Amino acid sequence: MAEIHADEPTRRDFLYVATGAFAAVGAATAVWPLIDQMNPDASVLALASIELDIGAIPVGQEITVKWRGKPVFVRHRSDAEIQAAEAVDISTLRDPQTDDARLVKGPSGQLEKQWLILIGICTHLGCIPLAYKGEFNGYLCPCHGSVYDTSGRIRQGPAPLNLEVPPYKFVSDTKIQIG
Amino acid sequence: MSGHSTYKPSNGFTKWIDSRLPIVRLVHDAGVSYPTPKNLNYWWTFGGILTLCLGIQIITGIVLAMHYIPQTDLAFASVEHIMRDVNYGWLLRYVHANGASMFFIAVYVHMFRGLYYGSYKAPREILWILGVLIYVLMMASAFFGYVLPWGQMSFWGATVITNLFSAIPVVGQSISTWLWGGYAIGDPTLNRFFSLHYLFPFLIVGVVVLHIWALHVTGQNNPTGVEPKGDKDTVPFTPYATAKDALGMSLFLILFAYFVFFNPLGLGDVANSEIANPLKTPPHIVPEWYLLPFYAILRAVPDKLGGVLLMFSAIAVLFVLPWLDTSKVRSARFRPIYKQFFWLHLIVCIGLGWCGAQTPDLVITHVGSAESGINFTVTHLARILSFYYFFHFIILFPLLGLIEKPKPLPESISASVLGTAKS
Ligand code: HEM
Ligand code: FES
Repeated sequence: MAEIHADEPTRRDFLYVATGAFAAVGAATAVWPLIDQMNPDASVLALASIELDIGAIPVGQEITVKWRGKPVFVRHRSDAEIQAAEAVDISTLRDPQTDDARLVKGPSGQLEKQWLILIGICTHLGCIPLAYKGEFNGYLCPCHGSVYDTSGRIRQGPAPLNLEVPPYKFVSDTKIQIG
Repeated sequence: MSGHSTYKPSNGFTKWIDSRLPIVRLVHDAGVSYPTPKNLNYWWTFGGILTLCLGIQIITGIVLAMHYIPQTDLAFASVEHIMRDVNYGWLLRYVHANGASMFFIAVYVHMFRGLYYGSYKAPREILWILGVLIYVLMMASAFFGYVLPWGQMSFWGATVITNLFSAIPVVGQSISTWLWGGYAIGDPTLNRFFSLHYLFPFLIVGVVVLHIWALHVTGQNNPTGVEPKGDKDTVPFTPYATAKDALGMSLFLILFAYFVFFNPLGLGDVANSEIANPLKTPPHIVPEWYLLPFYAILRAVPDKLGGVLLMFSAIAVLFVLPWLDTSKVRSARFRPIYKQFFWLHLIVCIGLGWCGAQTPDLVITHVGSAESGINFTVTHLARILSFYYFFHFIILFPLLGLIEKPKPLPESISASVLGTAKS
C-alpha cells in the first residue's frame, strides 16, 4: 500500500483549495454590482451636447455655460491676449502645450485664435478659477492660488495640468457645439 | 471583562438569567466593579464625554433625518424648513451642528491626554489604534454631514475633498467620478453622502465597543503611568469614576449649551448660509475648524500629489506612534524633555490650524530690506510647522527615548499619591 505523507498535498487538499477559490471568485463577482452602482448612471451619461451662440460675446470678455454639470469658459480673446499666449517658451511650462494645440479650426479652415474654450475647473482640487486675474491676466484659482495664462495653461501654484479643453467644434461662424 | 468576575446574582431570577445570558454580569463587571486607578484626574473624564457626544449626535441626527430631504433642489430648503417650521427644529439642528464641534473638542483633549501620559504604549497599542480609527471615522462622518445642508461651503468643501483622490496617478480621476456618480458633485453624490452619513456613526459605535473592550483588558493608564499594583491602587468604577465622569459631563454640557443657545453660528462658516452654486467658488474656502491643521499641511506643499500624501500621512503617523516611541516611561510627568516638546507640539498643531484658516498668500511679516527682502507668508509658516509636526513624531519620538534621563518613577500609585500630599 502506498504511504501517505502528511506534508504532501493530497487530492482532498486540492479540492478544499479549489472550492475555496471558487467561493472567493463568486463573492467578488457579487460585490462588483455594489461597487459599480456608484458610477455615473445611464441618465447622467446620456446628457446631450449643447449648442451655443457666441456671436454676442464682445472681445475681451468671457461667459460661463454649464455642460455635463461642469462650468465651461468661453473667452473672446483680444490680440494682446493671443500674443501673450503665443510668446511663451513652452519648454518652461509645467504641462507643455502650444497655444495652437489648445484651439480648433473654424468653418474657414483657419484656427479660431480669438476663441478659447475651457472646462472651468482647476486641475488642482476642482474649484472654479476667476477670469482676468493672476499674474498673466488669464485665471487665478481662489482656493489654493493656481495661476493660469491666457491660454489656460498652468503657470504657478499647486495645479499639475493645464485647464482642460472640452471636445467642441464650430458649426457656423458664430455657433459652437460642445460635446 | 477580563480577570475575575465579582458579580453575584442575588435571587433566583437573576441566577436564572445569569446562567443563560450573563448580561447583568457584563454590565456589573464593566460599569460597577471595574477597578480604576485611584489617581485619575479630570482629563480622564473625556472618554465618558465622548460617548455622550456620540449618543447626542445619533439621537438628534435620526430626528433631523425625519425632516431632511437629500435632493439638490430641496436640501437647503428642507434645512430652512427645519429651522423655521418644525417644532424645536432649530434646537435639534443647532445641537447637531454644534455637537459635531463639541465632539471634536472632546476627541482632541482625549488624544492629547493620551500623548501626554503615554497611553498609547504597550500594552495599549491596539486600544490606541482603535481610537485613531474612531477619529478617522468621525472626520468622515462630519464631512458627509457638512455636505447635507447644501450651502456654498458644503458644495465646495466636498468638491475639494473628493478631488483629493484625483491626485492618485492613473486611476485617480475614475475614483473621483465614482465617488460623485457623475462628472461633478450633484444629486447622486448628495444622496449617497446622506446614506453614508447615516451609516458611519453606527460603525463608530461598533469600534467604540472594541475600544472599550480593549480598555477593560489592559486597564486604564493613569497620570503616573505606573501600572496599579493591587487593590490598594484602585477604586471601583461605581461610584468613584461614575461620579467624576458625571461632573465632567455637566461642565462640558455648560460649554455645549453656551454655543447652542448663545453663539450657535460661532463655530460655523457664514458662507454656508448661502445656497450651493456650482458655477461660483466662494473667494475663500475653508473646512470646519477641526480639519484646519490638515488643510494647512495640504496647502503647504506646492505639488498636488505631494500635498495629498503628506496630509494623509499626518493622520497615518498616529497609527504607528506606539512603535516610534522608544521611551519605557509612559507619563510626561517623569520625562522632563518630552514634556517641553509635548507643549511645543500642541502649539504647532494650533498654529497649523490658524494657518489653515488664512489665505495662503497672506503676508505675516516682511523679512529684510523694503525693496529686496521677502514676504514671509502663511504658506511659509505652514511649511515650518508641518515640518515640525513630522519631525516631532518621526525623529524626536525615537530619539528622546534614547537620550532622555527620566525622573525616578514612584513605586506605586499609592506611594505617588501620598508623596504629593506630603510635599
Ligand atoms: C458621528 C456622529 C455625527 C456627526 C459628527 C455628525 C455631523 C454632522 C454635521 C457636521 C452636519 C452639518 C450640520 C450643519 O452645519 O447644518 C450634520 C448634518 C446632518 N446630520 Fe449628522 N452627524 C452625526 C450623526 C448623524 C446621524 C446618526 C444621523 C442620522 C441619520 C445624522 C443626520 C444628519 C442630518 C439629517 C443632517 C442634515 C441637517 C443639518 O444640516 O442640520 N447625523 N451632521
Ligand atoms: S483648487 Fe485651484 S488651486 Fe486648489
